[in-house]
Amino acid sequence: MGEILTIALLFSALRLATPLIFAALGGLFSERSGVINIALEGLMLAGAFTAAVTTYQFQNPYLGFVFGILAGGLLAYVYAIACIKFEADQVVAGMAINFLMIGLPALISGAVYDSSGSTPQIDKVDQLPNYFNNVSLASIIALLLIPICWYVMYKTPFGLRIRAAGENPQAADAAGINVLKLRYVAVIISGVLAGAGGAYLSIGQSSLFTRNMTAGRGFIALAALILAKWRPVPVLIACLFFGFTEAIAIQVQGASWAKIGGEDIPVQFIQMIPYVLTIIVLAGFIGLSRAPKALGIPYRKEN
Amino acid sequence: MKNLFREVLWPLVAVLAAFVVGGIIILILGDNPLTAYGWLLSSSFGSAKDIGWTLHYATPLIFTGLAVAVAFRCGLLNIGAEGQLYVAAFATAWVGMKFGGVATKVVGEGTAIADLPAIVLIPLCILTAVVVGGIWGAIPGILRAKFGSHEVINTIMLNFIGIALVSYFTQYYYKIPGDPIMQTANIGEAAHIPQLNQFLPFIPKDVPLNLSFIIAIVMCVLIYVFLWKTKWGYELRAVGQNASAAEYGGINPKKQIILAMTLSGALAGMVAIGEVMGTRHNYYDGFSAEWGFLGIAVALLGRNHPVGVFIAAIFFGVLLRGEIFVDAFTAKVSKDLGWVLQAIIILFVACFQKFTKR
Repeated sequence: MGEILTIALLFSALRLATPLIFAALGGLFSERSGVINIALEGLMLAGAFTAAVTTYQFQNPYLGFVFGILAGGLLAYVYAIACIKFEADQVVAGMAINFLMIGLPALISGAVYDSSGSTPQIDKVDQLPNYFNNVSLASIIALLLIPICWYVMYKTPFGLRIRAAGENPQAADAAGINVLKLRYVAVIISGVLAGAGGAYLSIGQSSLFTRNMTAGRGFIALAALILAKWRPVPVLIACLFFGFTEAIAIQVQGASWAKIGGEDIPVQFIQMIPYVLTIIVLAGFIGLSRAPKALGIPYRKEN
Repeated sequence: MKNLFREVLWPLVAVLAAFVVGGIIILILGDNPLTAYGWLLSSSFGSAKDIGWTLHYATPLIFTGLAVAVAFRCGLLNIGAEGQLYVAAFATAWVGMKFGGVATKVVGEGTAIADLPAIVLIPLCILTAVVVGGIWGAIPGILRAKFGSHEVINTIMLNFIGIALVSYFTQYYYKIPGDPIMQTANIGEAAHIPQLNQFLPFIPKDVPLNLSFIIAIVMCVLIYVFLWKTKWGYELRAVGQNASAAEYGGINPKKQIILAMTLSGALAGMVAIGEVMGTRHNYYDGFSAEWGFLGIAVALLGRNHPVGVFIAAIFFGVLLRGEIFVDAFTAKVSKDLGWVLQAIIILFVACFQKFTKR
């Protein structure tokens, strides 16, 4: 069992947590402003696909990262129009964004690269750089974002307004805050951050975009956000924990130490941990997990 | 009549708008949208065989569409139909093997429990699909009713848990050793449901349409009767329209929430009838073509009404059938066109809902 806690495993956990941190922080902005973000998965895919294509075309991962972010922001803007302007059901619109991003990247790469399954491979030298012990630049950015988001959310007027829009939009409006505009901004920020998480997946962790490569990470990020009760520092802890379970799940497969009473530990049960934990937390077994009060309710200005 | 017109108008506008946007995308990709849409239609309605295949693709979507619609009517969004149909499909395959005399040489248990005749085994398997799907749907219903935790998040989580769980059972207990595919052994022949062309001669021999299509139609009728002609259905809809008013009127919303989610899960579980007992005759990993999620689109487009669900499911059947041909017969457009069209339709329907509410 001693072999479990190696330094390598901790670094692996950080790598796996990185896309989750980006996406969950993105979700934090959107949900704190009152807009549910089930679309994180699709926003990540937009970032991942655009980053992979841009990096492949220009052999420049920084440009790829920036374009991934822009794509996430742009798609989030579409999502924001549906949710805020048209007052669409946020969960349904979010699922539509996720569906779109299963199909659209494959449709484009099928037409452009003649392969709907994946984009062309990026050279190793063109991937996002790693420092120290294989720590990606993206991981460092993700870690830096935690205090930044905390500061923005709790110490700036902008953060206060976002929280007001999500808790009591009527009162915020009465205080002269433009609730709708604020929600637009918050949702676009969530797309930017989720796009960054996706970009890291395709040009940092791997070297190409594959169909549906997020494989549910957007939903795990959402779970981390709920587990963290919509707060930045606990988001980091939750994401690291989920990254850790994923790292263990990868190591367990075929490992000699991973046995209980001579039987293999089934990897499926380790994979389930984040999901089971989220259900338990939501049911209120580990303290109360209260969502922003106006979450999911479209705001209509009264005249 | 004016009401009906409004109910039908906006979904139609959404579909047309989606095809326009899809057409622009096809143009940008470098193909002719009219050619692509021509293939979409001719391959799904061109012949008796094509229609049969379209209905075959539509069948699981009728079940999942009804599942989502029933929950919607109670004010709940069931994103968990996917997980519900996965656990139900595995359980149905298990009963079909164990009680169908299949002595599978798999890890752990190798012997069958019984070798039941079709007349007993088929109802038993259907019951399994309904009950297991219902249980998996009831969990988020109970969590919502007892703890107030939101069904959207819980059903998403239960999708992952359910799929991982059946993947575990398949891998560790019911996979034939040496088989590269993650799948169970085949169910007993007594558990196979009949193909429709066995007794309906006008259906071509190579169309895999089976009894589950008839069951799906029957379920549309039953759900209509349940929702609009019974006291329970009335109460369920009352909770969906205004939970606190319903409670004031003496209806227990908690009971209705659990009932709606259980019923929803049971309907999603019925996908197993067609797919496990009719088409594949086993359970395999990656079993569903996202039917559970498409059910949301079907329910939405069908305005949460059984008749609407039936029509919308057939429309999505067209997309699923047609995208294969569009892929094969156009230079640039791949099978993924179907996904894109579905996504845009859902987005538009969701946006247009604002206009139908008034």
